[in-house]
Amino acid sequence: MATETGIGASVKRKEDARFITGRGRYTDDIGQHGQTYAVFARSPYARAKLNGIDTSAAMATDGVVTVFTGADLQADAVGDLPCGWMVKSKDGSDMIQPPHPPIAVSSVNYVGEPYAVVIGETLEAAKNGAEAVDADFEELTAVVDLATAANADQIYEAAPNNQCYDWELGDKAATDAAFADAHHVTSIDIVNNRLIPNAIEPRAALGEYDEAAGTYTLHTTSQNPHLERLVLAAFVNIAPEARLRVISPDVGGGFGSKIFVYAEETAVIWAAGKLRRPVKWRAERSESFLADAHGRDHVTKAELALAADGTFLGLRVKTKANMGAYLSTFASSVPTYLYGTLLAGQYKTPAIYVEVQSLFTNTAPVDAYRGAGRPEATYVVERLVETAAREMGIDPAELRRQNFIQPGDFPYATPVALTYDTGDYEASLDRALGHADYAGFAARKAASEQAGKKRGIGFSCYIEACGLAPSQVAISLGAGIGLFEVAEVRVDVTGSVTVVTGSHSHGQSHETTFAQIISEKLGVPFENVTVLHGDTGRSDYALGTYGSRSLAVGGSAIVKATDKIIAKGKKIAAHMLEADEAQVDFEDGSFNVADSNQSLTFGEVAFSAYVPANYPLEELEPGLSEKAFYDPPNFTYPAGTHICEVEVDPDTGVVNIEQFVAVDDFGHIINPMVVEGQVHGGLAQGIGQALLEHAVYDDTGQLLSGSYMDYTMPRADDLPSFTVDTTVTPCTHNPLGVKGCGEAGAIGSTAAVMNAVTDALGVASVSMPATPETVWRAMRGND
Amino acid sequence: MQIKVTVNGTAHSLDVPDNTLLVDILRERLGLTGTHVGCDTSQCGACVVHLDGAAVKSCTVLAGQADGAEVTTIEGIGRPDDLHPMQAAFRENHALQCGFCTPGMIMSAIDLVNNSDHLDEGTVRDGLEGNLCRCTGYHNIVKAVLAAQENM
Repeated sequence: MATETGIGASVKRKEDARFITGRGRYTDDIGQHGQTYAVFARSPYARAKLNGIDTSAAMATDGVVTVFTGADLQADAVGDLPCGWMVKSKDGSDMIQPPHPPIAVSSVNYVGEPYAVVIGETLEAAKNGAEAVDADFEELTAVVDLATAANADQIYEAAPNNQCYDWELGDKAATDAAFADAHHVTSIDIVNNRLIPNAIEPRAALGEYDEAAGTYTLHTTSQNPHLERLVLAAFVNIAPEARLRVISPDVGGGFGSKIFVYAEETAVIWAAGKLRRPVKWRAERSESFLADAHGRDHVTKAELALAADGTFLGLRVKTKANMGAYLSTFASSVPTYLYGTLLAGQYKTPAIYVEVQSLFTNTAPVDAYRGAGRPEATYVVERLVETAAREMGIDPAELRRQNFIQPGDFPYATPVALTYDTGDYEASLDRALGHADYAGFAARKAASEQAGKKRGIGFSCYIEACGLAPSQVAISLGAGIGLFEVAEVRVDVTGSVTVVTGSHSHGQSHETTFAQIISEKLGVPFENVTVLHGDTGRSDYALGTYGSRSLAVGGSAIVKATDKIIAKGKKIAAHMLEADEAQVDFEDGSFNVADSNQSLTFGEVAFSAYVPANYPLEELEPGLSEKAFYDPPNFTYPAGTHICEVEVDPDTGVVNIEQFVAVDDFGHIINPMVVEGQVHGGLAQGIGQALLEHAVYDDTGQLLSGSYMDYTMPRADDLPSFTVDTTVTPCTHNPLGVKGCGEAGAIGSTAAVMNAVTDALGVASVSMPATPETVWRAMRGND
Repeated sequence: MQIKVTVNGTAHSLDVPDNTLLVDILRERLGLTGTHVGCDTSQCGACVVHLDGAAVKSCTVLAGQADGAEVTTIEGIGRPDDLHPMQAAFRENHALQCGFCTPGMIMSAIDLVNNSDHLDEGTVRDGLEGNLCRCTGYHNIVKAVLAAQENM
């Protein structure tokens, strides 16, 4: 049924009406009578012993209700914040997981780590109180630099060389053999710069305790409220899940940083129980910079072995990954199973070997940020391939084409554990080359030179594994949770539909796109479909939103539940029409008996299910509401080609993006308008990493880029308009044939920009971010 | 201190501490939570409202500075069934995703159009550099503002 509101239509969003009129309801917009305010006292040192805390002055501050320290939480059996993915080292040993109390007890290990929480009658009182907390710190030498962390002071007794794990993937012997036979070896040393996610809504929490019922309610800015609840129940020991409700109302962007279970909401919900009063906290931006999980931060040496004709023979990668001071919720998985497994890229490289050493430093924890591991993998592969093309004098587009996995090769098992189900990489490359007018580049470059400017073009042919994830595969690799999704499709008495999805929307537009699926499948008017999400009190245990999984996994669960609705509807219709069930089909919102003019509307069948006068009650339960859990059989593999063209002013080092083309294969698309928007946002973040953004700590572990005046966010005048297009090879293993689009922009774009910048300058490498100063120095051989 | 301020056409007389910020009056006293706080350095623009018709960052305006003034917030420019042209253009052009920066972005964009003869892509981008959006890459925001100026 192709309609204006069905699958494939650029339907305007349901959620917009509230957001454009100021009627959104974010966590900080919610208040409760008698609420108190939490402010955290945060470590000014990157590494220090905490020899004692004197809270007397804080307690005596006007308006302060009380002060809690780590010892108070520990005395109440509040558990540590866990990491949910066990990675094993080469020798089979478990990764090292340092104790991570929500509030520091005996030591602090990064600037901004909370060591006390002050509860005030007003925010101001709590702030004043937090300033009056007197901690006795004994400062120690901080370990800050990732490259040298393994040889620096040991932060944790349990972690020699500050190593969390030393992991490997792939066939080392085969890879070494490939290099021994190589005609040419390209080698690069690159740094994937540390980023701070910076959703514009700061994290927030409102904790409440109902004394009469013994239940807790936490409103918080989470991408996955059930995961939040699971951790608070099973690890932090707040209360069993049945007495703990977590609500993520409107959430103002996440980009990964709101997946994790943090100290602040943990302390807030616990304190609400202790005080029997609501406790509210909202991060100030400075706190977000210090205490949100950061992203990326790799140091890598990578080598590509090639035959004389440019055929890829082997890839060898050695990476150091920064974990920060503690293991955040999924930190360990990012530089391993979301990184090493992607190093085949779009290419038939027969032998790949990767080693990743993850290290602790006295910096904020590092975890998933948009793309999570896959941007880092793409950056390695695509910088390497581009460099190889230049070294061998082969056109970079053609070298890629020559090594692509071909459509006839699928399903294709890579040497790094994944099996790609489908793709057509030449299709997206060719489409992108056309949009970018690659043939005209030489003339444009000549024109730039005439004008005293340097022009460059860069490619990135990325792949990602998303639609996280097949549960048994993930669990066998160390995941501590399943990664299915749940959906409930509730047909109302009058035939309208309410969908409860486990996928949380914080910008992704689920309220619109999921309604399109229902409208298409059930023939129910789009405006009569409501999508609910983000509340453990409404939905079964769900896994939430990350890894571009909402449509591929959450959407598939919706389809599965919808299929159950149709199957039951057919039974009801067969009874009502006195027909054989096998003769009943469902099309365009009607149940029809084959070879007859007998039919019932969806609404008539729904009504009969709830007012079962003419209904087979002896065989069928009343009601028309179905639930489905969907566990994907494989990852999905969105892929595409990004092309960036830049012009550099040699006098100032300013890089101007002249055009940016992204051609992506996301499989089938529900709402092109929404997909384009997701790509735009991802591109901005990927370009931001390449040209602007950098989280910088000084040698003592102080965060230098700790505000919007120091950390360069992409602004409207930093970016171009984008050329965005798609090609389609439908995913072979989910019912919608969809792959996911949320991360692609951030995964593909960074390498394209840096390939363009290095091309323009005619240099082998430029570090990120390629600020005017960095570019200016690189042009003078001093990167 | 005692201040009189008219917000979205309604007059209020408020007793507030001297260090109170305009944004806190709007959000905490008047319940107008459409105006958001996204930073603490007057950089993100999520809190932009109109003060006597001009766009200001309400996190950087003391309540006392709004004494005697007319304030318009996102709630005051249109309703879901009667949108301001800029609101309509944001919806039509998918210029928002999570919606958090949107109220400030819309209020800034209205001010930009009101104070420009004719905007093109470059002047829209320059004019909105005081408002951060992390979701849209600004692409559709620029389109929306260009579209809205035709209807304002």
